[in-house]
Amino acid sequence: MENLERILSEHPFLSGLDSAHVALLVGCASNVVFQKGEFIFREGEPANAFYIIRHGKVQVETHVPQKSAIVIQTRESGEVLGWSWLVPPYRWHFDARAVELTRAITLDGKCLRGKCEEDHDLGYEIMKRFTLIIAERLEQTRLQLMDVYGNPEG
Amino acid sequence: MATRKADSLHDMPAIEQPMLTRPFVIRRVIKELHDTFSLELAPQKGSPPLGYKPGQFNMLYVYGVGEVPISISGDPGETGILVHTTREVGTVTRAMRRLTVGDYLGVRGPYGTSWPIDEAAGNDIVVITGGIGLAPLRPLVYHVLRNREKFGQVVILYGARSPQDILYKKQLEKWRSRFDLEVHLTVDRASGAWRGNVGVVTKFIGRLPFDPMSCTAFVCGPEIMMRFTILELQRRGVADNHVHISMERNMKCGIGLCGHCQLGGSFVCKDGPVYNYDRMKHVFTKREM
Repeated sequence: MENLERILSEHPFLSGLDSAHVALLVGCASNVVFQKGEFIFREGEPANAFYIIRHGKVQVETHVPQKSAIVIQTRESGEVLGWSWLVPPYRWHFDARAVELTRAITLDGKCLRGKCEEDHDLGYEIMKRFTLIIAERLEQTRLQLMDVYGNPEG
Repeated sequence: MATRKADSLHDMPAIEQPMLTRPFVIRRVIKELHDTFSLELAPQKGSPPLGYKPGQFNMLYVYGVGEVPISISGDPGETGILVHTTREVGTVTRAMRRLTVGDYLGVRGPYGTSWPIDEAAGNDIVVITGGIGLAPLRPLVYHVLRNREKFGQVVILYGARSPQDILYKKQLEKWRSRFDLEVHLTVDRASGAWRGNVGVVTKFIGRLPFDPMSCTAFVCGPEIMMRFTILELQRRGVADNHVHISMERNMKCGIGLCGHCQLGGSFVCKDGPVYNYDRMKHVFTKREM
């Protein structure tokens, strides 16, 4: 547990979080490993967790019938994977698949939601951090939609 | 004939007859992407080579069709060969693509300002580019690698539309294999078969290994991409005067006479295309420009 606490507090996502709050998070956390090609979650499944990636790379993708998957973004060490655990109805909107051997810490969404309800200071800290992630991803998605490298005539 | 005066900022030589086109012969045609190609040009026998600095451009004339400004994308250390990478987007570039080895192309130049690489000595070098924006930055990378000991960390971040649209793929792979250079690639969209990064270049800037306090950033790509890239560089703490950008406008004469490429109080062909962002920021976000 002590090791998990250290890993969590050193991760960029939780940088600066009060040690008492990190200790609370540890109660919802566990280490996970995903082999290359393994699905971490799939679209439509209950979103019961999020992942703090320690090493490796993950593709967030969606499927198109009779075609290969479309990769929307990749996540790698230092990043967080998944925020559907925060938003009802708590279901994944995309697939996530390990591109290579990936080590992560998973935080149980239900457990964490409960702790955030009990301790609003923790809840506020978590919300601030996720808001930043959601805003960044929205901005990145908008840029992707602009197709800035597209042919100027096409 | 008017003579362009040397630009004191980058100490460029004046061109004796800046409106005079010189015939160059096509030595090689390289298909880079489905809509992008490179031409290797050599001067006519007995004619001197054309010297240039990284970031400059030439006016290329397809005889009987028209003239277009194209940045120089070869190795400035290789004298005698001129490389231009072009995207097929209009009448002239379409005609240019139909040319083959042995055909002639009119060349006048080089024009414009260059990447101020000598001023960056001792600093970390951050090259952020997207799409065909890698072409005008490639001479700079060649120069940096040839003088590697003069610089700190060297980081290249390149973004493309898809894995099929990665320009100079073999070159990037070669650079990526070096121990004294970091190359990061990302694409905006990909299929499940792609194992690299997916996401816009701005996503990766926060994690690039360079010292924001002592770095020089060179940015070239679509203007929207450059705008958001600069925002991320600012977030990292990079000073505006340590960021250099390459602008594109409708350049015609190449010597600041015709006014087609006017941007605020400057002419992109003469005062650019390479600008210090600190100098351009007042016009960079103006919608009318």
